Amino acid sequence: MAIDRRSLIKSLAVGGTAVAAGVAPASAAVRKTAPPGAMGMLYDATLCIGCKTCVVACKQANDMPAESAANGGLWDAPTDLDSKTKNIIKLYHDGEQESFVKQQCMHCVDPGCASACMLHSLHKDEVTGVVMYDPTYCVGCRYCMMACPFNVPKFEFEKAAPKIVKCELCRQRIKDAAVMGPGGFTRYPKGQGPACCEVCPREAVIYGKRDELLAEAKRRIAAWPGKYYKDRVYGEFDGGGTQVLYLAHVPFDRIGLPDLGTEPVPETAYAVQEGIYYKIPFLAPVGLFAVLGAVIYRNRRADSVGAAEKEEKR
Amino acid sequence: MSSHAPAHVAVGGRLMTRPFIALLAIAGVGAVMAAIRFLYGIGAVSNLSNGYPWGVWIAIDVVVGTAIGCGGYAVGILVYILNRGEYHPLVRPAVLTSLLGYGLAVIAVVIDLGRFWSLWKVPLYVWRWSHSPQLEVALCVAAYTLVLMIELSPALFEKLRTGTSTRLRRLAQRGLTLVEKNFVWILALGLLLPTMHQSTLGTMMLLPGPRMHPLWLTPWLPLLFVVNAILMGFAVVVLEATFSAVAFGRPRETVMLASLSRIVGWIAVGWSVFRVGEVALAGKLGYLNSGYGLAFMAEVLLPLAAAAILLSERRRQAMWQVRGAILLFVGAALHRVDTYLVAFRPGSAFSYFPAVPELLITFGIIAAEVAIYIAVVKTFPILEGPVPAKKTF
Repeated sequence: MAIDRRSLIKSLAVGGTAVAAGVAPASAAVRKTAPPGAMGMLYDATLCIGCKTCVVACKQANDMPAESAANGGLWDAPTDLDSKTKNIIKLYHDGEQESFVKQQCMHCVDPGCASACMLHSLHKDEVTGVVMYDPTYCVGCRYCMMACPFNVPKFEFEKAAPKIVKCELCRQRIKDAAVMGPGGFTRYPKGQGPACCEVCPREAVIYGKRDELLAEAKRRIAAWPGKYYKDRVYGEFDGGGTQVLYLAHVPFDRIGLPDLGTEPVPETAYAVQEGIYYKIPFLAPVGLFAVLGAVIYRNRRADSVGAAEKEEKR
Repeated sequence: MSSHAPAHVAVGGRLMTRPFIALLAIAGVGAVMAAIRFLYGIGAVSNLSNGYPWGVWIAIDVVVGTAIGCGGYAVGILVYILNRGEYHPLVRPAVLTSLLGYGLAVIAVVIDLGRFWSLWKVPLYVWRWSHSPQLEVALCVAAYTLVLMIELSPALFEKLRTGTSTRLRRLAQRGLTLVEKNFVWILALGLLLPTMHQSTLGTMMLLPGPRMHPLWLTPWLPLLFVVNAILMGFAVVVLEATFSAVAFGRPRETVMLASLSRIVGWIAVGWSVFRVGEVALAGKLGYLNSGYGLAFMAEVLLPLAAAAILLSERRRQAMWQVRGAILLFVGAALHRVDTYLVAFRPGSAFSYFPAVPELLITFGIIAAEVAIYIAVVKTFPILEGPVPAKKTF
């Protein structure tokens, strides 16, 4: 019996080590970068006048219904992103300080929503990096909504056959390839780019390749030092980087852009999950299964041998 | 399920008692609310919103519900891994409770999923599988529910074996032999799968990290969740054994539960010490001075209070066993609800409290669970020991 117990503890320890070995190399995850053709937007809060033309254009381009509950059905006036609104302009003011801010999907370099999705219903386009939604594989679990630090994916709670709703950078409008346009930005032919950017009268929001937009943002910071908050582009590294970039004259966290650090949002969850299950593929569960099976088998045999001995003694 | 002589017997007796009908009525109301949800959408019956996409259906019905279903897991480890055969009488009723906990959690998931009709694609579209922790939970829960059915099937076969049809009797005998032959790997699977998905239920809440309260955000969540599941499993086993004793007038298993209590008490102490230690070492003690701090203290102190009872001489009294188990159950369940609901902070623009129809669905699921348990132990050989004379239920 004493030997039995010792070898039992030993076999459990082996199993434990196998699990621990799976966890250990977890920290060595490879940082994702935006694809070379990554498209994005640059929003400059200092240029935005809050005319909301982009909100209207977005609704038209995406065939979204009006949100008129707040004013008795008179006109379209959404108050937040929801299942009928993929893009919105909000006003932040605190004493003298005022700023408009545009909200839509940030098209993260390493998106939390796509990491949450079981069958890649939400996934990143390999060329443009746009985070796209395909309802075919969506079970409506809403884990993407839990996982997005920007609170972007929305759900049609009012429908019996609901879908997830979020900005997809007007990908449905694209028919032709993007080419280098005037001003050094990669552009689609008119009517095929993101509707919000095409209609903005102040060019407060523009689109192009992410690198071009990042260079433009840095050019503006260099041209007007001190104008922008911390002389910094939000989205260059925040939350592992986003393809929609922001410039503002007010603190970013006041206009709904949380301080995420530079780690990709799914980093910790992935380090744990990948570490246990995928680093050495399925070693931990298979190893644990083998250990459990061996212990059960031995215990059972010891049991039946013990029972037989008892029988004999009688 | 075992090499021991089958000493399991059906409790028998009238099924349609007054408490049973009341349980069916509550379940029926829940079913009506669920029907409204399927016809008019999730928004028609719940307060779930774009800020709080998950509510009580996930936090209670699924996350706590599957932990209620961990009785089979906890007793399984005890009997078959730690080789404590004396607890064998607890196994089969615990496996039944587990099957009910998981089965009804699956039903709750279907109610909660907006596009449930696509659910069949999850296990079959292997080429689209992501590394999402939720995928693992989904696959493991589905697989474990099947394993639990196989683990419980001897109860059905033993019942059929006493039937009149010769062919059915032979079939039942063949089924029993088949389960008996494959006992080792079925059982190993039955212990592996909960270890996997109960820990991953913790991993899942690392993904909303930036919006989680720091007191609940730790890479140790998987470990906390799997040990928490074992605690809840034991608490449910004690409550379930006491319920069976009171409801069906059976002899109490007080002596056995008293020795079990010692083991459970120490695990509870270990969990609470680890929880506080992690928060202290990560320098998060400053967050305790808030409402969140109160929730944290409750989920640490309740298991400790339970342990104080379960490790004292009082554990030999049936009434104190129940008190200890209830404290432990509430404390452990609180950690799950806190992690999935309270600690999730989508911003001041959003608030959540479950709507009445939403709660009625949850109540309906719990009532169905108890009702099915009663019906099954009366009909099938689940409980060990002699048939009692007096029954309350």
